[in-house]
Amino acid sequence: MAIEFEAPKPVVQMQTVLKTVAEEMMRSKSRYFDEHEHEIPWDYIEFTHTAMKAMGGGSLAPREEKKQDDPAKPKRPPIGYQLLASQIEMLAWGDVGMYLVTPGGGLGAAAVQAAGSLEQRAKFLARFGEEKPTFAAMCMTESGAGSDTSAIRAKAALDEKTKEWVINGEKIFVTGGDKSFTEYEKLGKGFIVVWASIDPAAGRAGMRAFVVESGTPGVRVVKLEHKLGIRVSDTATISLVDARVPFENILGSPTVEKTTTGFKGAMATFDATRPLVAASGLGVARAALEFLKDKLKENGIEIRYGLPRQRLTNMEREVIDMEIMLKSAWLMVLKAVWLADNQKPNALESSMSKVKAGDVTTRITQKVVEMLGPLGYSREFLAEKWFRDAKITDIYEGTGQINRLVVARQILGYSGSELR
Amino acid sequence: MYSFEPSEEQQMLVEAVAKYASNDLRPASRPAEEGRELPKGLVGKGWDLGVLQASIPESYGGFGEHSAVTGVLAVEELACGDLAGALAVMTPSLFAVPVLLVGNDAQKKEFLPPVIAGEWRSYTAALIEYNFDFDPNDLRTSADLIGNEYVLTGEKAFVPFAKEAEAILVYAKCDGRTQGFIVPGDAPGLTVQDEREKLMGLNALPLYRVKLNGLQVSAAQRLGGAAGHDFEPVLAAMRLASASAALGVARAAFEYARDYAKEREVFGVKVAQKQAIAFMLAEMRTEIEAVRLLTWEAAWKLDQGKDDAFPEAYLAALGAADMAMMVTDRAVQILGGHGYIREHPVEMWMRNARGFAMLTGLAII
Repeated sequence: MAIEFEAPKPVVQMQTVLKTVAEEMMRSKSRYFDEHEHEIPWDYIEFTHTAMKAMGGGSLAPREEKKQDDPAKPKRPPIGYQLLASQIEMLAWGDVGMYLVTPGGGLGAAAVQAAGSLEQRAKFLARFGEEKPTFAAMCMTESGAGSDTSAIRAKAALDEKTKEWVINGEKIFVTGGDKSFTEYEKLGKGFIVVWASIDPAAGRAGMRAFVVESGTPGVRVVKLEHKLGIRVSDTATISLVDARVPFENILGSPTVEKTTTGFKGAMATFDATRPLVAASGLGVARAALEFLKDKLKENGIEIRYGLPRQRLTNMEREVIDMEIMLKSAWLMVLKAVWLADNQKPNALESSMSKVKAGDVTTRITQKVVEMLGPLGYSREFLAEKWFRDAKITDIYEGTGQINRLVVARQILGYSGSELR
Repeated sequence: MYSFEPSEEQQMLVEAVAKYASNDLRPASRPAEEGRELPKGLVGKGWDLGVLQASIPESYGGFGEHSAVTGVLAVEELACGDLAGALAVMTPSLFAVPVLLVGNDAQKKEFLPPVIAGEWRSYTAALIEYNFDFDPNDLRTSADLIGNEYVLTGEKAFVPFAKEAEAILVYAKCDGRTQGFIVPGDAPGLTVQDEREKLMGLNALPLYRVKLNGLQVSAAQRLGGAAGHDFEPVLAAMRLASASAALGVARAAFEYARDYAKEREVFGVKVAQKQAIAFMLAEMRTEIEAVRLLTWEAAWKLDQGKDDAFPEAYLAALGAADMAMMVTDRAVQILGGHGYIREHPVEMWMRNARGFAMLTGLAII
């Protein structure tokens, strides 16, 4: 091993392809879907699904590493998460809301990938490569349980006669919940992953995730939110009333041990997905910064790299500081996913990358609007939209503050009760 | 491929340097700062670790290969022990590394072996000038070709160990470019001021003002020969040294504040158990990581000869200066009143950290 920063070839090739998609399928429609909330971008969905199938993928969910057939061949280090982070960054550079509407497993599949058995992964993840575009979503948040996921009230009780789980509860802020659960003719059969307790007295130890197939009776999408940004992505409220799911749809052990394994399963999902969410934010930040630099260039303003700080103009200082933030934040994402690819613990790096990306993404998009003056505030350009889209990065998948807490516990060696 | 793991060789070097930094540099740092003098033997012991020697090829008297990545790893460790001590140990690099990077073959053969053979001796460099708008690419010190000789005129500031210098690499403006000139320590026309520089920090490091009054040097002493040299690679290596030294100082402050906060009791709990403090520490750790990766990438790009290595080294240096200021300021804040007292090192690190914004040229990797 040695320190290296050469992007792997598959990453570079994929970025070239996705850049075209981002420009032609996403940017051109960004404004339309921002102003027509809850319309579905069918063209984008169908195009990306077909394209990904043609490339042998079909799912944005982390893929199993292929078995090496020839043991004599030198083993290439796995790059699945690195590839995924780079894909997401490029699509988010196109339009982060639309990236969230990319067919494939999303966070739902990531949960199955992280907490499911081999059989479950085979059963639930295969569908994303099939004929129709298909979605899956993660249902964690409730009206009384946001960052504090241990406050989840949804319950799952085992019906001993039918060997089915009976789930009751209401989940809010489900990204892609509508496309994952509602049965659309143009879409394949999706699912939602619902977090509920199998033993409310056991606290976090009783928390489990359940795969709930689209169209399951008793489950309804009751509301779609109207948001500040990422408007093309649906954010659903899903109610579950005596919803029955097969016994084998539970991710993790069906019995409650005196441990918090189940809860830790959810948290392991976040270790895997936080750098990916960070990557999506950084795509928006890069779009905004590049737009600003283009506008400056058009107006004959050159950034004089190499000058000492006290000789730079304010505009130059701002641009340079934004570049420092963006580059270093991206490297933190890369390190976190590189650790994940190499199956090394990355809880600290993963949360740090999210803290940094949340800060950087909001800061850069806010600054770019400021630096562009009236052009920045105008809806004729996308800068103001990126500013609104970007804010979600510091909120979903663990707010900046929750991630600070995770980082602090890691560096101080404190448990949740020692540092509340 | 991406990889964030230093090679085995690099890890061994880092471990050896880290041991010296914590066992030797750190304990000596406060008395050295107060007494304005590094203890005898300290610098020699650091020199014997062979960081510079290992970055020079055998053909020029060394036993390795130059690597910016190895350089930034080593400097972070040294500076984590003590910045003044680290800069003292590395002073001969200020002379040798530019010769290695942009000197011609004759210069490498002539000037490199004496620097790295045997004990630490003062081979140093003079870049900084005493102006508020000092810019390494726009120097006031001039080098004018008159006949066959270059005539150097001007004043340089903050020159480490100038008083005892065997040779000084003096940077001057020559035809609009920053160029290095190899000047023997006893050259006529070179005057080292008697009184040392008085700075906010780095008081253990002997720094001097140096006057150049019509000092004559031959074309053979111009770095790269009569045609001169690119200054960008040299400046990039200086900026990366500055960035990694800032990382070392910041890490020292972060670790000290973290350990203190885990000991100090307030309202019946450790102060680290308060989110106000814990979040500060989390942000300090995050920013250190951010700058470290940027510095590593820039160093790797420099080693690979990538197009954007120079601007990225510039970004790393600027980012590191800001980061070190933020981290050391917070370390003082976390210790509260105790942070302000000279019994603890954090106030010294805060003073040292402020220097990174203007002290490019005091270290090179």
